[in-house]
Amino acid sequence: MGSRTAPASPASRLASRLAGGVTQVFLVVVALFWLMPTVGLLLSSLRSPSDISGSGWWEALTAPAQLTADNYAAILRNDTITDSLLSTVMITVPATVLVVVIGSLAGYAFAWMEFPGRDWWFLAVVGLLVVPVQVALVPVSKLFGQVGVFETTLGVVLFHTAFGLPFAIFLLRNFFAEIPRELLEAARLDGAGEIRLFARVVLPLGGPAIASLGIFQFLWVWNDMLVALIFADSDAPPITVALQQQVRQFGNNIDVLAPGAFVSMVVPLAVFFAFQRQFVSGVMAGAVK
Amino acid sequence: MTGTRGLVAAVFLLPALVLLGALVVYPIGYSVQRSFFDRAGTGFAGLDNYVEIFTDDTILTAVRNNAVWVVVAPTLATALGLVFAVLTERVRWGTAFKLVVFMPMAISMLAAGIIFRLVYEQDPDRGVANAVWVGVHDTFAESSGYPRARPLPVHPLEEAGGGAYVTKEPVRAGTPARLPLVGVAPADVPDDARPAREPRPAPGAVTGTAWLDFTKGGGGTPNAVDAREVGLKGLRIEAVRDGRVVATATAAADGSFTLPAAADGALLWLPEANFREPYNGVDWLGPTLVTPAVIGSYVWMWAGFAMVLIAAGLAGLPRELLEAARVDGANEWQVFRRVTVPLLAPVLAVVLVTLMINVLKIFDLVFIIAPGSVQDDANVLALQLYRSSFGTDAHLGVGSAISVLLLLLVIPVMFFNIRRIRKAGR
Repeated sequence: MGSRTAPASPASRLASRLAGGVTQVFLVVVALFWLMPTVGLLLSSLRSPSDISGSGWWEALTAPAQLTADNYAAILRNDTITDSLLSTVMITVPATVLVVVIGSLAGYAFAWMEFPGRDWWFLAVVGLLVVPVQVALVPVSKLFGQVGVFETTLGVVLFHTAFGLPFAIFLLRNFFAEIPRELLEAARLDGAGEIRLFARVVLPLGGPAIASLGIFQFLWVWNDMLVALIFADSDAPPITVALQQQVRQFGNNIDVLAPGAFVSMVVPLAVFFAFQRQFVSGVMAGAVK
Repeated sequence: MTGTRGLVAAVFLLPALVLLGALVVYPIGYSVQRSFFDRAGTGFAGLDNYVEIFTDDTILTAVRNNAVWVVVAPTLATALGLVFAVLTERVRWGTAFKLVVFMPMAISMLAAGIIFRLVYEQDPDRGVANAVWVGVHDTFAESSGYPRARPLPVHPLEEAGGGAYVTKEPVRAGTPARLPLVGVAPADVPDDARPAREPRPAPGAVTGTAWLDFTKGGGGTPNAVDAREVGLKGLRIEAVRDGRVVATATAAADGSFTLPAAADGALLWLPEANFREPYNGVDWLGPTLVTPAVIGSYVWMWAGFAMVLIAAGLAGLPRELLEAARVDGANEWQVFRRVTVPLLAPVLAVVLVTLMINVLKIFDLVFIIAPGSVQDDANVLALQLYRSSFGTDAHLGVGSAISVLLLLLVIPVMFFNIRRIRKAGR
């Protein structure tokens, strides 16, 4: 490819145009390949049970008339599913709010307050970033049993909050530490106490980091199955657990599973598309979690 | 002054430290201690539970599978992410592509599990993986699919061994050959098979008809083409003389076929391939393939994560270096291999390590995608931990030992993180 040194030569321009074409085709094929599994479940969710058992979802591509919203209507009338969606909200919202509030308080303390051993405490928290939730499943279920919150929504919320905290504190401390010292000093001179300083100066300035954290934690808790499987109230399981119980009979209940999975995906996907930038920056900060 | 300050700090930190202490730190201590006790939790068991991890067959499978997972899944996801990140830079719709590949990260592993359970369905009429696989297979190895079809004793065909059939007498040009068979299930008759036609003689060629000699509802005459009998479309016919195949033909929709004059005096063979069971695809979720199949679903979910992080790293590379290499006559592959990848090495390392930690704890995908009957074969540490801790045959000692093992495996990363923070802090 010595011709590269003469970029104007028609042969090399043709070659690079050709390579560009191959790249385009390759990426289109990959994108379709990546979409296919989801499209398959989506089309399945829109077909009648007899169509689902009779033929593959791809048949619907040539016979769009067979698509119907009946399955969705049915699961939205299904109390198990609607109750479980409500449980998911009842778990996710408090677990997100608590992590943001408790994490900001601690993040601020680590960033701007003086107390003995501050840096060591912070490093200890950073060390907890990678602790697998699996380590805590048995001990915490015993502990919750003793306190009386095992198999309650409160228990799930507390567990998710605790395991969300190391990342929250890590992210927010680093963000808060970037706040210019003069801003804080000025507020202190005006006589603001730590609490007012935190509420009036730090929290508003921390907006972007708090948004990233909130979205990350929200998706994490909404999508969790394992923690809920063990700690959630078996009479009010979140949607992931409710659907998981259906998977055992996979095959003849796709008309429930497919729309159920999609209903459970609607909220995370909406959050994902609405807050892509915050999500990505959360992912970046969360690498090596 | 510092006294009140310290107090305020304690108030700010208290909720976090209480939660972390009770639900993260205390459990570590509990698990470590519990891992040295027996099933009942009363007798000291030393290292027995750890020995059990590496001797019990089911748990050992989990250890082995986890090793495969940790090596294969992050490598594949990172490699794909790298390729996608580099290529998307060259197309205008790169952002749209990234969105498509990144999207699965937003959904739950449960939903991804359901999605892939459907992809891997065994029935090629439902699972897209097998639909494609069978389609490709049948293109190269056509199976007409008449399993269990056979001649009656009155028919001019007899068994030739190995599942093939052969005419009792040699065929003659100008004298039509009849190849009747029975025993074809209605479902195996092609939808477009047409009513069979009585064979007509043609000069200088061997003609004939292969048909299903069975009239639905009864009433047909054996060995005669009756009105409602259909042709055996796609049946392969070979003319064999002196042990050599001299001509071949395939039956048309009405069962008719024509062989050249060379077939004169040959025996007509119906090779075994005609009567094979139809190919039903691969057992993706069977004992041997289940782990690769589930790894595939993981790569589908996480390649986007690798791609986004690598793309961000790529955007920060000094363009002059790449251009300089090109001006020096390096082709695109050399630029990629010798300049881009080495410059990206730190990002690639972070992505790999992150994915490895993530894969170490893999649970949901295996739990959902692997059918109950193969969960032993698909077993991974986190799944075994769940079974040992909450299953019907729970052994908390072993469960705790597995959790301690998982913790030990992430400790190097813990120190790596701490060192990174300390450096950044200075």
